[in-house]
Amino acid sequence: MISLSFLYILVGLILLWTAVLTLLNKEQPRRFASASFWGCYALVFLIGDYLPHEVVGLMVVLLALLAGFGALSSAVPKMLAPEQLQLSLTRIGKKIFLPALLIPFITVFSVLVLGLIGNDSWRLLDPKNLTLVSLGLACVVAFIAACWLTRESPLQGGIEAKRLLEAMGWAVLLPQLLATLGLLFNNAGVGQAVAVLTETYLAVDHKLIAVATYAIAMALFTMIMGNAFAAFPVITAGIGIPVLIMQHGANPAVMAAIGMFCGYCGTLMTPMAANFNMVPAALLELKDQHAVIKAQTPTAVMLLMCNIFLLYFLAF
Amino acid sequence: MDVVNLWPLLGIGVVMLGFLLKFNPVLVVLVAGIITGLAALMPIREILAQLGEGFLKTRTLPVILLLPLAVIGLAERHGLKQQAQNFIKNLKGATVGRLLTVYLAARESTAALGLTSLGGHPQMVRPLLAPMAEALAEQRWPGIPERIREKVKAMAAATDNIGLFFGEDIFVAFGAIVLMHTFLRESGIETDPLHIALWGIPTALCAFAIHAYRMRQMDQMLGRLQAQATVMSEQSPTPVASTTSGDQA
Repeated sequence: MISLSFLYILVGLILLWTAVLTLLNKEQPRRFASASFWGCYALVFLIGDYLPHEVVGLMVVLLALLAGFGALSSAVPKMLAPEQLQLSLTRIGKKIFLPALLIPFITVFSVLVLGLIGNDSWRLLDPKNLTLVSLGLACVVAFIAACWLTRESPLQGGIEAKRLLEAMGWAVLLPQLLATLGLLFNNAGVGQAVAVLTETYLAVDHKLIAVATYAIAMALFTMIMGNAFAAFPVITAGIGIPVLIMQHGANPAVMAAIGMFCGYCGTLMTPMAANFNMVPAALLELKDQHAVIKAQTPTAVMLLMCNIFLLYFLAF
Repeated sequence: MDVVNLWPLLGIGVVMLGFLLKFNPVLVVLVAGIITGLAALMPIREILAQLGEGFLKTRTLPVILLLPLAVIGLAERHGLKQQAQNFIKNLKGATVGRLLTVYLAARESTAALGLTSLGGHPQMVRPLLAPMAEALAEQRWPGIPERIREKVKAMAAATDNIGLFFGEDIFVAFGAIVLMHTFLRESGIETDPLHIALWGIPTALCAFAIHAYRMRQMDQMLGRLQAQATVMSEQSPTPVASTTSGDQA
């Protein structure tokens, strides 16, 4: 069975190759610090499962300190010479879209077709992580296609991956670190604390105000947690069920559907949702790290107001 | 009833303050984690163990981000961006707003069918969508200022997010629907997952309408700003401007 551990090894190897290339590049500034970041990150993927959790925790602290204090540097990218690029543009032409488009299409094919292969005791792809494993498979096929099409060695692929990783810098680490913080919040009882506060201080009688409070609380708490899934149980238990459903008789299906979307409006406005908001800004090499959030905020605010009215008119 | 410890809320305060004061987000999150753990009276060893365990559990996040990079990098090296820009420039009637609106419609409807992987920032926005949007902005307004160019690229990323979020949630087998259904059942309220999915449709339509309207406004804004810029440069022709136009002619 192809499972997540296969993907972890692939990612670990990409990171390890990045570490080795960094170490060997004498022109790269702060190469030892950078290489130890990528190397340490690689170890989390390659052998993390065999280490005690405290040791991995120490590695996380080290990674965060290295990334946070600016240890990550980038090599000057070696692009193709203009005449070689011109040659590629005419030789490969529009076929260069092929590897990029193979990724989504093979993923979908793999989910719909390869996911069915197997019987009760054995599956080709891990059914619990079908989409992810399919994405991994698609990337491997697309990578082979890209090497064949561009006549480059797989090692050059590693160099290109390193170039993009370095363009992102510390933003690479942020989504995972935030998700870890979310889990820590849960275990430390942050959710219960917020639930207690909302139940104690938000007694709302008027229907429209109750609806608005629920919607805005979903958005705000999602902004704090970076994730609507984390906000939904807390705010629904604190306001949704006791006030909207019990007191005003709201339709639970409508309330849940629109309430979750209010949370998504919050996701669009917070740096805590790093993989959607901060990473793209880094990937597109934008100067303003909050540029994507700024582009999304007007849509999110208008949609949140729409949601309040939709909830008010549809749920009762 | 036990008294709930409110001190772990300090972690939330640290995050908000850290982001407001624009400290490095990675450090802010690390400090917030440690303070939250201490406020919940966890020993240091336990905090480290929690950090480690959480980090191992969330390894799927960077997987999605890192795996496509080698493919995209190789394709970019051999002119993916240039090809994408040439393709879109030859499309008649294409504007930034129209391109992004078509993408929004495609992204939102495929996500609603559960095909959420037909997009995404590393594999779609960086190599294809953002360069195309940039090329169209450049075509409409040669010499577009860097500030506006960045806005156009950020809008491309925003469009991918909005299409994904408000599409995927009306797909009945999506995790959010399952989460809502399970949570309500545990609280003693029965719902039909299909109803939750269907009641998401009005918001999904509103999201499309609002964002498509903003794209139209962006097209108009580009036109207006460009007109202003042209008027300004005609009023005070600088030697630099005249030489560049001379080169092009």
